[in-house]
Amino acid sequence: MAVVAPPRRGRLRGLIGPDPIGYAFIAPYAIFLVALFGYPLGLAIYISFFDYFFAAPGAQVARPFVGLSNYAEILGDPTFQRAILSVAEFILINVPLTVVLSLVLASTLNAKLPFRTFFRTSYYIPYVTAGVAVIGVWLWLLSRGGLLNGVLGPLAPDPSWLVSEFWAMPVIALVVTWKGLGFYVLLYLAALQNIPRELYEAAEVDGAGVIRRFMAITVPGVRPATTLVVILATIIGANLFTEPYLLTGGGGPNGASLSPVLLMYREGIEQGHAGYAAAIGVILAIAVMTISAINRFVLEKD
Amino acid sequence: MSRASVRFASIATILMLVLTACLGEDGQDGGGSAGDGAASATGPISIWYSNNPEEVAWGEAVVTAWNADHPDEEVTGEEIPAGESSEEVIGASITAGNTPCLIFNTAPAAVPQFQVAGGLVALDDFPDGASYIQERTGDRAEQYKFTDGKFYQMPWKTNPVMIFYNKTVFETAGLDPENPPLSTYDEFLSTAETLVAEGGVEAAIWPSPDAQFFQPWFDFYPLFIAQSGGQQLVEDGEPQFNNEAGLAAANFWRSLYDQGLSPNEAYNGDSFGDQKAAMAIVGPWAIKVYGDKVEWGAVPVPTQDGMDASEVHTFSDEKSSAMYTSCENRGTAWEFLKFATSEENDGQLLELTGQMPMRADVVASFPDYFEANPDYEVFADQASRTVEVPIVPNSIEMWQTFRTAYSESVIFGTTPVEEAFNTAADEIRTLVGGS
Repeated sequence: MAVVAPPRRGRLRGLIGPDPIGYAFIAPYAIFLVALFGYPLGLAIYISFFDYFFAAPGAQVARPFVGLSNYAEILGDPTFQRAILSVAEFILINVPLTVVLSLVLASTLNAKLPFRTFFRTSYYIPYVTAGVAVIGVWLWLLSRGGLLNGVLGPLAPDPSWLVSEFWAMPVIALVVTWKGLGFYVLLYLAALQNIPRELYEAAEVDGAGVIRRFMAITVPGVRPATTLVVILATIIGANLFTEPYLLTGGGGPNGASLSPVLLMYREGIEQGHAGYAAAIGVILAIAVMTISAINRFVLEKD
Repeated sequence: MSRASVRFASIATILMLVLTACLGEDGQDGGGSAGDGAASATGPISIWYSNNPEEVAWGEAVVTAWNADHPDEEVTGEEIPAGESSEEVIGASITAGNTPCLIFNTAPAAVPQFQVAGGLVALDDFPDGASYIQERTGDRAEQYKFTDGKFYQMPWKTNPVMIFYNKTVFETAGLDPENPPLSTYDEFLSTAETLVAEGGVEAAIWPSPDAQFFQPWFDFYPLFIAQSGGQQLVEDGEPQFNNEAGLAAANFWRSLYDQGLSPNEAYNGDSFGDQKAAMAIVGPWAIKVYGDKVEWGAVPVPTQDGMDASEVHTFSDEKSSAMYTSCENRGTAWEFLKFATSEENDGQLLELTGQMPMRADVVASFPDYFEANPDYEVFADQASRTVEVPIVPNSIEMWQTFRTAYSESVIFGTTPVEEAFNTAADEIRTLVGGS
């Protein structure tokens, strides 16, 4: 029997799929994604290979191609190395704390508690409150003459929280964890609805206690949500800016809370070294994508 | 990954690369820069001024007066758009090509960056440009030239900084509020100790210990200028702050931090206004802000061994006006700039804001004002002895480098002052060399 070549139309259909109308539906978001994320990302990669700075339209300025020298300079820059270590410290505190606290709170709020709606709303309020306003409150709490030190009395650290090189970053991590908790609790609450109640009932009949049920049913049951929470918290943590900018006066004390994004802002916006700042952004994006991929691989492994 | 995902990712990547390639470099050329003929072109222009109520009132009055006589060259005045700082707004606007013709709020430290970005018009391009600036401002005008010898800014108004103090706190501490012992470093330190011990304040003086590049202008720099007899941070490409005068000023501040007389933690609010600090380093704007709330006095910044007040120099805290390259009708813009900085409108600026026009002799220019407002005279006298930030390449990076060294050595004391300053001086020498 002779082999007949597939008709041209069939090949086209194979390429674009059986329902090409789908492209029309995804087009608005795809355009949005490409224009507002893809293009800036592409431009950032492009300018990271140049001694680039922003200039007036039509201005004759030299922006020589410098290859990988921005990257080489950054990787050898002690300020950048310190910023990376600072944000790593932040993520190491913030991400596990976010996962544990939001899962425990979500499980509690999922139970039949009195005033459950009130509590659910309360945890969400910090998330939707403007960061600047929230930081104003934390400044009042954490300053050397603030409420916390007043309560601690002689146990208050010296130097105080926000001017201590040891405490500044952990304190920022706690503030960010507190602020974002409501959002992650919401994710876990949604995931908890997918765990069949029968599993808890069966475990209870088998004699499993509250902690056993939590560890054996809840934790594995919300694993996809945990993956999402870890990845989101890592990405948001790596983009840390507002808190060190406002809470510790621009990455203080003495650079102890300087984050890579704050350094990018300083270099790119304040000092006009857009190429250098873009290279920091590219390195950060690669690092975050790598960490997220590892997280996903580890957390989704059966 | 499914075939659909591969298809989507491929299409998205191609679109992204095509878009980037199309707009990457050429995207910068979308706007219109005025040609050479623009220097004499006339027509409507727009300007930005600061957004504090006093300067808005001045801006509106000047624009109204101009428009009444120049119907064909109408000026539209607007407050500078809100942003993290004016410099960032102006920088973004230069890149976008939508700056107005004139901005009456240009920080001298940002001028080199704006100039390198091709955003500023050299005022020397106008036949009477340089001579007008030099006649109006006198010898101090030289400080506002860029390294190529041109004026990319017109020195407009200054807020010469001095030590502003709360007389009531001094009195409570048993100190003479009319002649406070604040002239030498030793006197200042001793007074500061007394104020914290007896005056009921948390700090003698509480400058911001934050890490931003501009903070030295309100702690180290005025004292360095005074101690050095009027030197800039960098002169002829050579850092000056690691000399004897710079180290003396830095060690003075180190003593204040070390003894807890100046906290190394930022105050969440206005430490002087809230009467948590007995003194502040401020310009004459403070009179309007604190005049009704605090019994105040003002003295020059201290020097190591004391100096006659008439010899003490200080930081200018000056703001310039500048013309931007997106301006098409530069002939009108230049005439308006001269109109806005005429003696009459400078007088109005002084009247409405209390800030000193950058004129050669402010007191002699506006005798009636100072007779009616004697409080301002001490600042006006100081205004004739001000020093600017150096107008050099990489100016902001230079100040950030200095601030980092100052933070670690003076504010937090983790590195010896001389060592930190020498390291910063080496970095700054390279930076201002333009590399």
